[in-house]
Amino acid sequence: MAVNELQTTRKPPISQIGAVLWLRTNLFSSWINGLLTFASLYLLFITIPPLLDWMFFSANFNFGTVNILGFDIKFSEVMADNDNCGREAACWPFIYEKIYMFIYGFYPREEVWRADVFYGLTALLIVIVRLVKNYKYKNKVILSMIITYPIVSYILIAGGFGLLPVVETHLWGGLLLTLIIASVGIVVSFPIGVVLALGRQSDLKVIKLFSTIFIEFIRGVPLITILFMASFVLPLFLESGTNFDKLLRALIAIALFQAAYFAEVVRGGLQAIPKGQYEAADAIGLSYFQKNALIILPQALKISIPNIVGSSISLFKDTTLVLIIGLLDMLAMVNMTSQDIYWLGRETEGYATVTMVFWVMLYSMSRYSRKLEIRFNTENIN
Amino acid sequence: MKQQNILSQVKGLTFRELLYNNEVRAFFFQVATFLLIAGLFYTIIGNLFDNIEARGIHTGFSFLKNRAGFDILPFLGNYLQDYTPESSNLTVFYVGLINTLIVAFVGIIITTFLGLFIGIARLSNNYLVAKLAGGYIELFRNIPVLLQIFFWYNIFINIFPHPKKSFSFFDIAFLNQRGLYLPKPILESGFSLVIIAFVVGIILTVFMKRYFNKKHDETGVYTRTLGYSTLLILGLPAVFFLLLGSPLSFDLAVLGKFNLKGGMQVVPEFIALTFALSVYTATYIAEAIRSGIEAVDKGQKEAAAAIGLTQTQSLKLIILPQALRVAIPPTINQYLNLTKNSSLATAIGYPELMSAFGGTVLNQVGQAVEILGMAMLVYLFISLSISLLLNIINKRMAIPER
Repeated sequence: MAVNELQTTRKPPISQIGAVLWLRTNLFSSWINGLLTFASLYLLFITIPPLLDWMFFSANFNFGTVNILGFDIKFSEVMADNDNCGREAACWPFIYEKIYMFIYGFYPREEVWRADVFYGLTALLIVIVRLVKNYKYKNKVILSMIITYPIVSYILIAGGFGLLPVVETHLWGGLLLTLIIASVGIVVSFPIGVVLALGRQSDLKVIKLFSTIFIEFIRGVPLITILFMASFVLPLFLESGTNFDKLLRALIAIALFQAAYFAEVVRGGLQAIPKGQYEAADAIGLSYFQKNALIILPQALKISIPNIVGSSISLFKDTTLVLIIGLLDMLAMVNMTSQDIYWLGRETEGYATVTMVFWVMLYSMSRYSRKLEIRFNTENIN
Repeated sequence: MKQQNILSQVKGLTFRELLYNNEVRAFFFQVATFLLIAGLFYTIIGNLFDNIEARGIHTGFSFLKNRAGFDILPFLGNYLQDYTPESSNLTVFYVGLINTLIVAFVGIIITTFLGLFIGIARLSNNYLVAKLAGGYIELFRNIPVLLQIFFWYNIFINIFPHPKKSFSFFDIAFLNQRGLYLPKPILESGFSLVIIAFVVGIILTVFMKRYFNKKHDETGVYTRTLGYSTLLILGLPAVFFLLLGSPLSFDLAVLGKFNLKGGMQVVPEFIALTFALSVYTATYIAEAIRSGIEAVDKGQKEAAAAIGLTQTQSLKLIILPQALRVAIPPTINQYLNLTKNSSLATAIGYPELMSAFGGTVLNQVGQAVEILGMAMLVYLFISLSISLLLNIINKRMAIPER
């Protein structure tokens, strides 16, 4: 029997489309999978609602009247204090009152615009780096910024040179100090790391030996031991009477520490360059410095960029360690502010705030590094 | 040899030729670097001695014999070394070392299981489980570990009850804000025989496995050994234990009026530190496991199925051996990181090496060079032995090429 009319297409059965299919294949494909789904749901149920409750629903938002962009927004009649803030959930007025400490430390209030300009410049730097991605002279732009940014920032934050009043380093703190340590650490340690990597790959035995010893020694000990060294022993290494800033000591320790890690990252890049590149550079008569500056390093650095960013992320996390030698970075501010006799026992709020700030910064950095990894990974494209 | 080489090459060259000779340049650069570094060391060590003399700091290691004179948070190191404030500074060093090693040991065990679990969950075909594992990794690896240590320590102190209202687990273990109280094992004479029996059991099992593997290779007859090995490893010590009349008893913690008495107190500092380090390091181990499993070619699994291996056999004989080859080196590196990060205990006052010895003793004695030098050597020793181990493993696991 021939069928001549067009059959209307039947809809697929409900179990084969849309949400039901998705549920069946992704959550309930077998009984054990279903069990796992319920276990996960239970895990979410016991963690997320109490967390949200602590952070928002039961939390105290009695900030009093807050001026936001010229508008007076009234949260409550008066600002809450420690006693009527509640212990069962977060007390955000504590953070509201101490926010200055978390962002600027003890930076003088009348000079705070300088720190703001520094934050603005840092944000601008990130925006520019992303904007000039396809610009012809991007390398020159980025290089000139990498050179001018630290100088301008230093003059802004530290003052002096007859331009701005001097702000002593022991007043720097909070997020400001965290960013300063991280950026100085990265900018200073990178060239040292490249030199060490070249040294370790060098044919000159003495240079290779010294570089290897330095790198392996630093990588073999925890950062704290190096910070302690810088804090207790470094002053003894210098001529007596040399007064040595505590922040500077920490920065030297961090830069040396990070240099060893950068060196290993760059060495990975150097080892990935085919031997032919070295031989070709030799063959056309380039000197050692020309060979590295023009042929080897541009390629080696390019392939190690994702790992360089990864290593910088570790450094950013490690900056919190400076609190152990008494610098007041953002994490130290939690311990500092919760000792205020008017706000005793509010560490949890402080840790939660600092965690959120760190997490947002570190997560965006790691996303960026993953993006770079995909962009530079030209191997697996079929 | 080298010297002669250079000399024979350089002979009869003019000064200008010398200047452009590669061998001469290399020699010159190395000598210059050596002199520079030697000079640097000479200056700083000279300054060091001047400063030490000017400040009246003692030198040498005689301080190790001096009385320590301070209390240390009671934990494993104290128990094993019988530490009192009358003990010497050297004892403090051992106490710190033991406390570091116990954090590393417990942390590595926890983080391995946690990392393995999360790494496998990350690849689960259950959407929710995979996403949860991913969320765990993204959450905990992007928070500085020191912050996590502080956070868990603070939570521990705040949410667990006062000793009077301890959580009790059948009156055997107690949990309160001063820590976890476990029964303290008291070893009586003869228990060492049980331990020897345990070790002998393990050795016998290894030999037995070898024998049956050989038999499998030669005859193709496969023997299940699980039953025998449990019997040897657990049964043998159990028999000895019973024969010797149970030479082991436990000192239980007893809830007194204000505090718990007796038992073995696991201090909150240890719990917070080990927990934070394990949770943090597990994110890296999970990623290592995941990349290891993903690195195994899909064809391997299909081939295993094609020659008729069951799912378990394919996992055990084909997938895991290849996945572990990729996953083990980064995992061991993470173990090393965990050990080094245990030095962060300084921040919460858990008495490990850098806190008890590198902190308290340093503050009392002031001999920073000797004390920090000793601490650094310990960490270097651990790092170098782990690198050595890693090299051996890498060599054994390398695919033999024909």
